[in-house]
Amino acid sequence: MAVTGVFMSAVADTHSQEHHHGPAKGISRWLLTTNHKDIGSMYLIFSFAMFLLGGSMAMVIRAELFQPGLQIVQPEFFNQMTTMHGLIMVFGAVMPAFVGLANWMLPLMIGAPDMALPRMNNWSFWLLPCAFLILVSTLFMEGGAPNFGWTFYAPLSTTYGPPSTTFFIFAIHIMGVSSIMGAINIIATIMNLRAPGMTLMKMPLFVWTWLITAFLLIAVMPVLAGAVTMMLMDINFGTSFFDASGGGDPVLFQHVFWFFGHPEVYIMILPAFGAISHIVSAFSRKPLFGYASMVYAVGAIALLSFIVWAHHMFTVGVPLAGQLFFMYATMLIAVPTGVKVFNWVTTMFRGSLTFEAPMLFAVAFIILFSIGGFSGLMLAIAPADFQYHDTYFVVAHFHYVLVPGAIFGIFASAYFWLPKWTGHMYDETLAKTHFWLSFIGMNLAFFPMHFLGLAGMPRRIPDYALQFADFNMVSSIGAFMFGATQLLFLFIVVKCARGGEKAPAKPWDGAEGLEWTLPSPAPYHTFTTPPDIK
Amino acid sequence: MADHQNYYVPEQSKWPIVATVGLGVTLYGAAAIMVNGNQGQSTTGSWVVFWIGALIMAYMLFGWFGSVIRESRAGLYSDQMDRSFRWGMSWFIFSEVMFFAAFFGALFYVRVFVVPWLGGEGDRGSSNMLWEGFQASWPLVNNPDPQAYPGPREVIGPWGLPLINTLLLVTSSITVTIAHHALKAGNRAGVKLWLTATVALAIVFVFVQGYEYSHAYQDLDLTLRSGIYGSTFFMLTGFHGAHVVLGTVMLVTMLIRIHKGHFTKDQHFGFEAASWYWHFVDVVWLGLFVFVYVL
Repeated sequence: MAVTGVFMSAVADTHSQEHHHGPAKGISRWLLTTNHKDIGSMYLIFSFAMFLLGGSMAMVIRAELFQPGLQIVQPEFFNQMTTMHGLIMVFGAVMPAFVGLANWMLPLMIGAPDMALPRMNNWSFWLLPCAFLILVSTLFMEGGAPNFGWTFYAPLSTTYGPPSTTFFIFAIHIMGVSSIMGAINIIATIMNLRAPGMTLMKMPLFVWTWLITAFLLIAVMPVLAGAVTMMLMDINFGTSFFDASGGGDPVLFQHVFWFFGHPEVYIMILPAFGAISHIVSAFSRKPLFGYASMVYAVGAIALLSFIVWAHHMFTVGVPLAGQLFFMYATMLIAVPTGVKVFNWVTTMFRGSLTFEAPMLFAVAFIILFSIGGFSGLMLAIAPADFQYHDTYFVVAHFHYVLVPGAIFGIFASAYFWLPKWTGHMYDETLAKTHFWLSFIGMNLAFFPMHFLGLAGMPRRIPDYALQFADFNMVSSIGAFMFGATQLLFLFIVVKCARGGEKAPAKPWDGAEGLEWTLPSPAPYHTFTTPPDIK
Repeated sequence: MADHQNYYVPEQSKWPIVATVGLGVTLYGAAAIMVNGNQGQSTTGSWVVFWIGALIMAYMLFGWFGSVIRESRAGLYSDQMDRSFRWGMSWFIFSEVMFFAAFFGALFYVRVFVVPWLGGEGDRGSSNMLWEGFQASWPLVNNPDPQAYPGPREVIGPWGLPLINTLLLVTSSITVTIAHHALKAGNRAGVKLWLTATVALAIVFVFVQGYEYSHAYQDLDLTLRSGIYGSTFFMLTGFHGAHVVLGTVMLVTMLIRIHKGHFTKDQHFGFEAASWYWHFVDVVWLGLFVFVYVL
């Protein structure tokens, strides 16, 4: 369209220069940047830092649980560790990692010059370090950090929470602002900045899954904000939302929280679904078996995620009709999820498979995520859930969907796109070592938790009965192994960023997509003129 | 399409990092005020932190929106950019809808399930054993534990001030639409008139609401502390009121911009965004009027 030309000439000179120079020098490049690649890198680096921080808290937990009895930490501190581990991993590690991938890859995949709202993009990122500074600072406050679990159920978090809970609430608010703005930016980018000719049903699946994830984020992060606001008011201003003596109900908290919380778990996995679809297809050297069915399956999972929240609270006294409804609705999710797993498997079927590091992580993702999905089905059965509820079986379940699900998805994506980001090939031998050590460590850590849970070991306790000792020791050894292995990942990425074999524009011969038409590393500004899509 | 080539990617900007520091300091100060206040300690320092943060936020808002307005008037934004703003604003409003949905959801859950259960009804009527003899009613004026939560003597009926407020807001929604039509027709005097009328109605609304609050606190003992009725009443109307104030600030900004000669017949998304927001605030009020006051 003709831009109002009179005004244009006054600024046209500076405008055109802006587009052609590279990154600014020094710290201001990172503080002031509007570049989607810089912001994507910052998200990814931040998320890995949080992964190590949350991981070190997990190491404290596993060290304490290595043997029965109280060895290393006091129960109060143990509770702070489980709480902070969960919060940091969910909000600090997994979510920002996917936003980082989105920032890097979405504009490259749809042929856009940048994200739609680049300054807001920068703000979305910088709010995260700010929020986590406040959250982590609660560890050093009087009364200690939040100690009520990452789900912060009332009244544990209201009547009985430490004074630092108020700081925790504001940290959650800032994370929410960041997520909502990030999601708005992603939707605006996808809906408005696609290259001409890229219709919705031609979009790469990672773009599709992020579009739907962004919708989920905008729908549920404000509900989380509502939940913590009610907490804030109950704690500081005498309201009685979660206090039955004033006509409220602690269960109300759980409803509001899980209305956020269940879509949230899909927020943490759907982008991985998208990335895995690309990777499986690339290393099978075959197009995805059923693109459209994948899109519809993701949409169905997202919609179903809004009507299953009470399966987290079967034992709280949900009326029978409610239990039945939420049980069947939950089981329905297995259908679109099955469509996805079927698709990945049939994509690999009769493909020319090779098993570079991204593919190893992707295949492990499919198998292990399915295990997590199946234990989810077991938990969905309301009468059986009365046995499993609040045991280590639940811990095993969600770690199977989050570690080999979300986190393996992130590792697979990182190895897949590292050549595009850095211009170098990563060290394949080290990467495969990283995979195998992670794979073995992770299964050692989490598989025994199924048995512990079925045998009745409750979650969130620093000490346990003697019969649980052996499995806990195995689990701790696996956790230490998995944790230590992640330092190897740091080494591999740093090594790859600093040098190594030059990466061609398209390092994976089976890979498809606009991002592989760009040189490696991708130039600082890409697609300032959109490509034509046939 | 040529407009794809003009997509404006701004150069480095200090505003996001200023906004981060501003928001972080403000909220840290707010939390410190509450925590220190609860422990009976001095809150002076916390207030200072809070106001420093608020000032940084104000500086940022003027600066950031100022640069967007300058860029827009310099013609840097293509139609495609305009569409990005539209997507952005619509989804922002959707996020606000979901924020209110959480509080409406809480209200419905309490009214439909919790209070009857506490009164001994249904599957979970056993919770009645905690406070035997508690009578479920809505509006809930006798709380289960009146010692902990003394109930209100009376609640606010819908057909007095709330009805007036409803009329004020609905009228303001109409006047802002008339102003929009005037803008599209190039009738700038009309825009000024009808937008001024909208702002006036908004301000009267806020004053009426403030009067209603003082009446509730002073005459009816209806406070945040008077149990779940006061909790839901003040949270819903309070957050709505805060959004009215924000919407009014937006409308006033648009009025100032109109007076400065900003906006054309075809290019005035800032104005439209403010009016979208205003309609949203109006719709929330209608929900409030029905579910908080009438039913």
